[in-house]
Amino acid sequence: MKKLLLFSILLSACLAGSAFAAQHEKEITAGFIYVGPVGDAGWTYAHDQGRLEMEKLPFVKPSTYIESVPEGAESARVINGLVRKGANLIFTTSFGYMDATIDVARRNKDVVFMHCSGFKTAENVGTYFGRMYEPRYLSGIVAGKMTKKNVIGYVAAFPIPEVIRGINAFTLGARSVNPQAEVKVVWTQTWFDPGIERDAADSLLDVGADVLAMHQDAPATLQAAEARGAYVIGYNSDMRSFAPNAFLTAPVWNWGALYTRLATEVSTGTWKSTQIWDGMKEGLVELAPFNAKVPAEVQTLVTGKAAAIKAGTFHPFTGPIKDQAGNEVVAPGQVPTDGDLLSMNYFVSGVQGTIPK
Amino acid sequence: MKLVTERRELSSQLLRFCAPLVSIAVALFVAGFLLLAAGVNPLAAYQDILVESLGSLYGLSETLVKTTPLIFAGLGVSLAFRMQIWNIGAEGQIYMGAMAASGVALFSGIDNHGLMLLAMFSAAFLCGGCWAGVAGFLRARWQVNEVIVTLLMNYIAILFVDYLVYGPWKDPKGFNFPLTAQFSDAARLAEYFDTRLHSGFFLALFMALVLYLFMERTIWGYEIKVIGSNPKAAQYAGMKTGLAIFTVLFLSGAIAGVAGFSEVAGLQHRLQHGISPGYGYTAIIIAWLAKRSAIGVVIVAFLMGVLLVGGDSLQIYWQLPVAFVYAFQGLILFFLLASDFFIQYRVKLVRGAAHG
Repeated sequence: MKKLLLFSILLSACLAGSAFAAQHEKEITAGFIYVGPVGDAGWTYAHDQGRLEMEKLPFVKPSTYIESVPEGAESARVINGLVRKGANLIFTTSFGYMDATIDVARRNKDVVFMHCSGFKTAENVGTYFGRMYEPRYLSGIVAGKMTKKNVIGYVAAFPIPEVIRGINAFTLGARSVNPQAEVKVVWTQTWFDPGIERDAADSLLDVGADVLAMHQDAPATLQAAEARGAYVIGYNSDMRSFAPNAFLTAPVWNWGALYTRLATEVSTGTWKSTQIWDGMKEGLVELAPFNAKVPAEVQTLVTGKAAAIKAGTFHPFTGPIKDQAGNEVVAPGQVPTDGDLLSMNYFVSGVQGTIPK
Repeated sequence: MKLVTERRELSSQLLRFCAPLVSIAVALFVAGFLLLAAGVNPLAAYQDILVESLGSLYGLSETLVKTTPLIFAGLGVSLAFRMQIWNIGAEGQIYMGAMAASGVALFSGIDNHGLMLLAMFSAAFLCGGCWAGVAGFLRARWQVNEVIVTLLMNYIAILFVDYLVYGPWKDPKGFNFPLTAQFSDAARLAEYFDTRLHSGFFLALFMALVLYLFMERTIWGYEIKVIGSNPKAAQYAGMKTGLAIFTVLFLSGAIAGVAGFSEVAGLQHRLQHGISPGYGYTAIIIAWLAKRSAIGVVIVAFLMGVLLVGGDSLQIYWQLPVAFVYAFQGLILFFLLASDFFIQYRVKLVRGAAHG
């Protein structure tokens, strides 16, 4: 089936290719390094959906992806494998590939590398990531409205700025409509481990959470909420099929928009090394459609906020914002710089949990 | 009629030599059907595995890079196996070694290249040794099962390293990402041929030679073997079994700890989460297949390197899912371990009513 699909993509690429040949100087052979298995939901799945969408471009040849590549030095060999196979645009889709990406890029100047979520660039290495805090904030509004006990559980992977930023945005969203709401955080120290994620979710339900959210790759938190009759906010991809009753909405990635753009840039020779941090305006991140259980008035409220974020008239981290100890971290009316957002290392007031120091 | 197994009085050299080869062949044959089912020509795929791991200077260098930590950890585990001591904790010892070496690299301020590397090596050796030494002491003093202790201490070691990189050792210039700063040039091993092959590999070979001589040519090596095969007899002969157990586990952990030094100084150049993707566990299989011989460890570790590096080609060139690569590697290990059984036992058909 996969082959048939690949073949038909290839065929349509060939047919359409001639029409575009004039505009595009080179064909794109892309390679992807994935941190987990593609599966049918989650971080890697979302990237793979983006890859498939990019492949619809006529000048993009079938790409290669490698699943479950360990982060760290180990990954350099695999990235190099993609280069030797002839890839001229390589996406390394997890933070832990940063040093390896830079290292391989140094030896292969004619290949463009895009590293997701890191901070190191080079002449032929750009970085890309999304302002996931925007739809996180919106999903927080939904959670704040839907909780009855004012206890929201949050299953979180690692205490790094990306995850911390998400928890804070979510909490600000929830407290904006429900100042009583508390967000309890449990760290799992893993991106993908359904067993551990499930245990963490269950422990949050045990201490009284009636809405769960998560920053993980597996849908285990959704299944836990479904089994116990709680509500749940998904993440990464629309995971509603795992929890048809419990699912409310989910902040999700839409990598296809960005991958399509990058492939076009590289093909036409207009690509330059930059640090991309797109938001809802560019369509890289969004909120999945609501479950019918979310009341119409809440849906309207959230949709209004979403429009304000897209229009640039509202920023989720607009001050005053206080940290857990009550110190003011963002002054009234101020918005943190991107640098401050990218290195965020404190919890806002309303979060119950600690960041290891 | 009934199938029974009985121990061979003597397994022939020929059998010992051929059984692993035959088992690899059988495994490749069986895996071939899997490949066929996935629509891949097995011969072409096997050729890719060899070309990927051995067919170029680059491929070979990567295989040797992969082999390096496996040799250290395999040597460490096999030394303990010699004495019938089961060190399941090489993974944690690698982490402690990596941690100690990183601590020296980041905070000692030494700027002499040789001195820095010597200090890092010694720190990793001592730290890995002490980590395993805890299990050795408990075993020698109170007969606490070293399998449990070494295994559980893995989790402590890995989480402790996580604590350091998320907390006190985090790079102040790293945007709060969980990484230590990169090492200075003084704390890096030499690299060769514009590849990632580093001097840690040659250190591993040297270590294997030292261990071989130690085991085969010294009284100590002899005592370890005797204590392993018959502790009572060893005690009657006046050997200090308690001290020997502690020392062997200490050395076992110390050598595994050097794998951590070699990984951070030769390859990663910083400490971070997931410094070893399970080398310490692979080392157990290696030590088992190598029949506890130091030279055997080098050979088996190299084969394992070929299997791990070559396995990537199934994904890169044939776009098979990673689960397939795991299944393929699992099949080969399964048949290799099975061949070990047939070297030691023979299977017979027995007629008539069986008892028991």
